[in-house]
Amino acid sequence: MLPLAGLVVRAPWGSALTQLRSPDALDALRLSLVCSLSATALSIALGVPLAWVQARLTFPGQSLLRALTTLPMVLPPVVGGVALLLAFGRRGLLGGVLFDTFGVRLPFSTAGAILAETFVALPFLVITVEAGLRSVDVRLEEAARTLGARPWTVFRRVTLPLVAPSIFAGAVLCWSRALGEFGATITFAGNFPGQTQTLPLAVYLLLETNPDAAVVLSLLLVAVSLVVLVSLRDRYLRLT
Amino acid sequence: MRRLALLAAALVCAACGASSGSSGATATPSPGAIRGTFNVFAATSLTAAFKDEATAFMAKHPGVTVNFNFAGSSDLATQIDQGAPADVFASADATNLNKVGQAGNLDGSPATLAANKLEIVVAPGNPKHINGLPDLARTGVVVVLCAPSVPCGNYARQALTKAGVDVIPRSDEQNVGGVLSKVESGDADAGIVYTTDVMAAGGKASGVAIADQDNVLATYPIAKVKGGSNPIAAQAFIAFLLSAQGQAILEHHGFIKP
Repeated sequence: MLPLAGLVVRAPWGSALTQLRSPDALDALRLSLVCSLSATALSIALGVPLAWVQARLTFPGQSLLRALTTLPMVLPPVVGGVALLLAFGRRGLLGGVLFDTFGVRLPFSTAGAILAETFVALPFLVITVEAGLRSVDVRLEEAARTLGARPWTVFRRVTLPLVAPSIFAGAVLCWSRALGEFGATITFAGNFPGQTQTLPLAVYLLLETNPDAAVVLSLLLVAVSLVVLVSLRDRYLRLT
Repeated sequence: MRRLALLAAALVCAACGASSGSSGATATPSPGAIRGTFNVFAATSLTAAFKDEATAFMAKHPGVTVNFNFAGSSDLATQIDQGAPADVFASADATNLNKVGQAGNLDGSPATLAANKLEIVVAPGNPKHINGLPDLARTGVVVVLCAPSVPCGNYARQALTKAGVDVIPRSDEQNVGGVLSKVESGDADAGIVYTTDVMAAGGKASGVAIADQDNVLATYPIAKVKGGSNPIAAQAFIAFLLSAQGQAILEHHGFIKP
């Protein structure tokens, strides 16, 4: 509580609006929203099938797969960034190939920032959706199958609507994590205004050049997170 | 007959105009060729000066936008090595520029942009009465320096060795801005930065001179980076920085002629 109180008390409320309207701050806000929303979309696209595989199938090596998908949650984010560089950097495993064949340069680009955020936020979605899938009554799915529905129809019209609240909650958690992501982003995507400088990175840079602006942007992030948490509480409680 | 004569005269005039135009075939691109955006990676200590340089450069070439990435020179060298999209690299020491050159990422040979000297930075009014490098080793004085791999940290340690002073910094900052902000916020009593930084801090910090025999001359090399997206504009910017106007802006910010 005290650190938050410190932020509120020491904020330069007089110049707050001017700071928020500066091009760098607006750029950082725009980038943060674009990257976190894209990372969430990517996480849903990758995470829901992954959660389904973990919840519905049994195969050898399953616990290893679960450990690997949960790993980014416990890994220090900057280590995640280093790992991404080693995989996709100019001298990384795939990076050289990507650049030579497709001309794609992921590090230090907006796409790289989105990749870094997806890497750290994906497990949050997978865990929530997997829990949701496990709590769905499989007899409903079986009943649909005995009535003649094909597996894709069962998924689309029975499973998905039942697990939608979990996907929503997982997406919100994933988005909050992606919004606040710093370590992996700054290591893999760098700190370029307009391209990769999301709000957390902007705060880090501003601490050295304009501490007042850093406090204002920090409060903005706190406000956004509070709004998300407060609005999510009821829904989250209803799930468990 | 008269029309034929007029036509002939017009043709002769046109031919004259065309030939005088083609005689000035030098290698400098016309102002219209310098357009688009390009990325300049520069040491943190160049922030204020380079922003002014960019304003002047963009006034001369309206179609151009300069994007900056200011950080410690060692961080910038690492980023370029990892494939970051830079067109120009202005480092605070030759070591970091050479690192980039040895990896084969420089285009052409570097030029010397400017020089700088070190200064001790303290809280406004110098409340702890620090009068020189030896005072930094006093008990109770909290000192921060740049990390050894960062140019200002390397230069600072050279100066301390020359003065025979042994200081263990409370923090190793990643760039000169970090040292300055720790002193400005009161979290540190003293730091070693460049004279240009003390000048830029204005009333937020005071400076204490370092004895001439202990001080270090920091030279800033600048070069084009290979694989940049806009080499023409990058070259023009470097030429502008080295020109009389560009050098005057640097001197205005406290840099020394190299």
